[in-house]
Amino acid sequence: MHMPLEDNLGLNLLAANQHRADHNRAHFDAWKLLCLNVMSSPGAGKTSLLERSLAALASRWSMAVLEGDMTTLLDAERLEAVGIPVVPITTGRACHLDAAMVSGGLKLLQQRLDPADLDVLWVENVGNLVCPAEFAIGEHRKVALLSVTEGDDKPLKYPVMFREADCVLITKVDLLPHLPVDVERIEVHIRQVNPAAAVFRLSATSGEGFEAWHGWLADQLTAFRSAPALVHA
Amino acid sequence: MTRCLLLSMDEWRRQHSPLVPKVERVHLQVGTFTCVEPDQLVVTWGDAVRGSWLDGAELVIESVLLVGRCVPCQATYRPDPSCGFRSPCCDHPMEEIVSGRELRIRSVAYAFADQAVPAPAAHPPAPCPAA
Ligand SMILES: Nc1nc2c(ncn2[C@@H]2O[C@H](COP(=O)(O)OP(=O)(O)O)[C@@H](O)[C@H]2O)c(=O)[nH]1
Ligand SMILES: [Mg+2]
Ligand SMILES: [Zn+2]
Ligand SMILES: [Zn+2]
Repeated sequence: MHMPLEDNLGLNLLAANQHRADHNRAHFDAWKLLCLNVMSSPGAGKTSLLERSLAALASRWSMAVLEGDMTTLLDAERLEAVGIPVVPITTGRACHLDAAMVSGGLKLLQQRLDPADLDVLWVENVGNLVCPAEFAIGEHRKVALLSVTEGDDKPLKYPVMFREADCVLITKVDLLPHLPVDVERIEVHIRQVNPAAAVFRLSATSGEGFEAWHGWLADQLTAFRSAPALVHA
Repeated sequence: MTRCLLLSMDEWRRQHSPLVPKVERVHLQVGTFTCVEPDQLVVTWGDAVRGSWLDGAELVIESVLLVGRCVPCQATYRPDPSCGFRSPCCDHPMEEIVSGRELRIRSVAYAFADQAVPAPAAHPPAPCPAA
């Protein structure tokens, strides 16, 4: 006999990932290691940002990179050239990093160094503006990049990503003179979906804006160290 | 997200072990302010469950509308992207989201082919294995 049954679950689909992310986060906190999740569409400038910021900050902080966006092996080489350890994350062609993948990357990192000796861990996520926004990896801050070549309506088309970000970097501003795009409108649209985000305009080519962005990073590190166990909303 | 859904269903199935429930319907609540496209999820679900223990299970998606709370006056409103998600009452930006971020299994309808039907149990979230 088939007796129809129904279970009321109210089960969050992301609960298992969130659980693993909390676990990663507990490790980061124990190591006093600030973890940044860097996200954008493909080609918006994540690796270029890392190259420039790592080079500028390497004398101040000890850092490492978990690379989840290995479009080419060259990407890792570009970053290793700056003298920063880079660990590739095996994503199996996934369209986003999840907490388990990052946990795997952390194990590889631990074979090379003691994470407690690091100040900042950068995670370059898979180039995609959609699902990386939903999958926590244990990061303390989410950084979203948007290049000026992507048009000013991107924040409204992919609002979840820009809503979730703590910091939004408008990249490639050196190209503005050649583009029919209004950077003010980009910023207005970002603030519409996320009034609380820090927003900076950068060019990895000219270096414009990096001082302010690095200032924000230093503030985050200070805040993190003074309250490492504080859960970020 | 299909993978998350399948993993959650596997987890649920383990709670009924050793019996294998025959799932008729999975009722999902999906907020409109998430990365999930309901139509797309229904298609990938159909492909993913074919030949598995969930073969034939229907995925029903209930959309949960985006609702914001206007911070100055505390009124709730439906944020509209064409109005920059701002509140119509005070023209305030969308600071608080009341609903629209949901991604959850509301219920599962199923049956057991066996005669032995256990009493339906409550299913609290799995305890923390890492605690
Ligand atoms: N003009 C200009 N090009 C940039 C800038 N940043 C990155 N690019 C170029 O954009 C392309 C993609 O950059 P990359 O950092 O690999 O993007 P990712 O896929 O997000 O890691 C490369 O050809 C870079 O040279 C910038 O600030 N200005
Ligand atoms: Mg890259
Ligand atoms: Zn994905
Ligand atoms: Zn109001």
